[in-house]
Amino acid sequence: MLEVKGVHKTFNPGTINEKKALRGIDLVLNEGDFVTVIGGNGAGKSTLLNMIAGVYPVDCGNIIIDGKDVTKFPEYKRAAFLGRVFQDPMTGTAADMQIDENLAIASRRGKFRGLGIGVKRKEKAKYREILASLGLGLEDRLTSKVGLLSGGQRQAITLLMATLKKPKLLLLDEHTAALDPKTAKKVLDLTQDIVAKDNITTLMITHNMKDAIRVGNRLIMMNDGKIIYDVSGEEKKKLTTADLLKKFSETNGEEFANDRMILN
Amino acid sequence: MLAFFNSLPGAVAQGIIWGIMAIGVFITFRLLDFADLTVDGTFGVGGAVLAVCVASGMNVGLAMLISFAAGCLAGLATGIFHTCFGIPAILSGILTQLALYSVNLRIMGGKANTAVSAKNHSLLITLSNIPQSLIVGAVFVVVLIAVLYWFFGTELGHSIRATGCNSNMARANGINTNFNTIIALVLSNGIVGVSGGLYAQYTGFADVNMGRGAIVIGLAAVIIGEVVFGKLLKNFALRLLAVSFGGVIYYIVITFVLRLGLNSNDLKLFTALVVALFLGVPFWKGKITQKKLGRKNSESVEVTTDA
Repeated sequence: MLEVKGVHKTFNPGTINEKKALRGIDLVLNEGDFVTVIGGNGAGKSTLLNMIAGVYPVDCGNIIIDGKDVTKFPEYKRAAFLGRVFQDPMTGTAADMQIDENLAIASRRGKFRGLGIGVKRKEKAKYREILASLGLGLEDRLTSKVGLLSGGQRQAITLLMATLKKPKLLLLDEHTAALDPKTAKKVLDLTQDIVAKDNITTLMITHNMKDAIRVGNRLIMMNDGKIIYDVSGEEKKKLTTADLLKKFSETNGEEFANDRMILN
Repeated sequence: MLAFFNSLPGAVAQGIIWGIMAIGVFITFRLLDFADLTVDGTFGVGGAVLAVCVASGMNVGLAMLISFAAGCLAGLATGIFHTCFGIPAILSGILTQLALYSVNLRIMGGKANTAVSAKNHSLLITLSNIPQSLIVGAVFVVVLIAVLYWFFGTELGHSIRATGCNSNMARANGINTNFNTIIALVLSNGIVGVSGGLYAQYTGFADVNMGRGAIVIGLAAVIIGEVVFGKLLKNFALRLLAVSFGGVIYYIVITFVLRLGLNSNDLKLFTALVVALFLGVPFWKGKITQKKLGRKNSESVEVTTDA
């Protein structure tokens, strides 16, 4: 479903702020995979997601979604294949627009937008039904401005928008990190329900190791712009946070050893 | 005072024309979040095109259409500067505005102004027939608002609003934000072109300098409309109506202060100060409430420590 081949990305090359964010990423996601991504700050997790979404161009390498090479596609064209939810609840929705208008925009992802009616009456009924299934009391607030909603509600709506038209790949960038623990759990549960129901291929960054182990069928760990650990199936189920912490320190230790070798 | 009341209908008629322009400004300034300085040039383009077309014997309705199209082209230029050349919004507008000064002179055959007299041509709107001007102006406003209300409810209209509100969200949902920015600029400047055409008819001539400061008047109208009617008029069509009323109020105030004896040479200074004041009000309001809140909180803390 997704193929990332030899992707490199350096920000501000040749300057004092040069940052090698990705150093050769190779990753293949099969249809229906739900992959969690963990790693320290600056490991390149968000950069990887942004490269797949086309926020920045790649330095080299290819990104193939559903058999189509989208490396040269601009962000808005790649959106036809992707559903995205961001860390900041403000990013995924248009605050000055109504709930139904936001949903209608998302339902037209990848389609031509002409002079047809923005939100048809039939759609409104459908959205009301879907919102009712969230259990957040939003079904009677279709015409409320999204800006009036709480962070959790906005994130739930963004999730709905990202999956309203089934994406080839769902990209979740720490989408529960900015929420309080109770709301975060609700949004994560909702995520699992939606992904399971539509069998959506998903890539989810999380800072919570427990979630990373509990959710999905595969886990990758990133460090310093590389994928350093890739585990799936039974092996992943048996993982503990202690294992992951050990893995973290192992890689850091290795690096330390490398540095020492260079200095010697 | 009587003189002021006598000049009121004329002020309203001119105010309506500025109100139409303000609706164009509203599209870029509020919906697209783009301070588009092209407007100063576009207003002149609309006037110049209309004057030259009508003076050459063209039907005034057709001339208005050409004014609209010319305005659209001006918006297209700014849109291309901004999206294809990567020039910041304000600078793109300034560049087009500057270029349009020469373009306007070219349109008028090198002359600084062109007359269109109501005596020699049949005009839609004119100083010499104010009742007719009021009716035609009102019809223009109503039709324009109806069309825009429909347009911004379509899929394309929604994508323009999303582009202005949150471009990240727009792109993530497959909206070509560059294209939508250009469409909004084209539409906005087309409307400004029409208002320039109306203004040239009303005053009986087009002048190469007629658009100077138009953007400031447009912003004034948008802000006055929002400050005065903001609480009452929340629906999109009513917001547009409030903006056009803003233009009328602006012009009534101007007429009033001129009657009070303000030197008309100082008018632009006066306008700039008024707009600066109105732009400052929401900012100061926020600061004052913040201060009040802070004082209230510190008071309540003192009370609890005393207890």
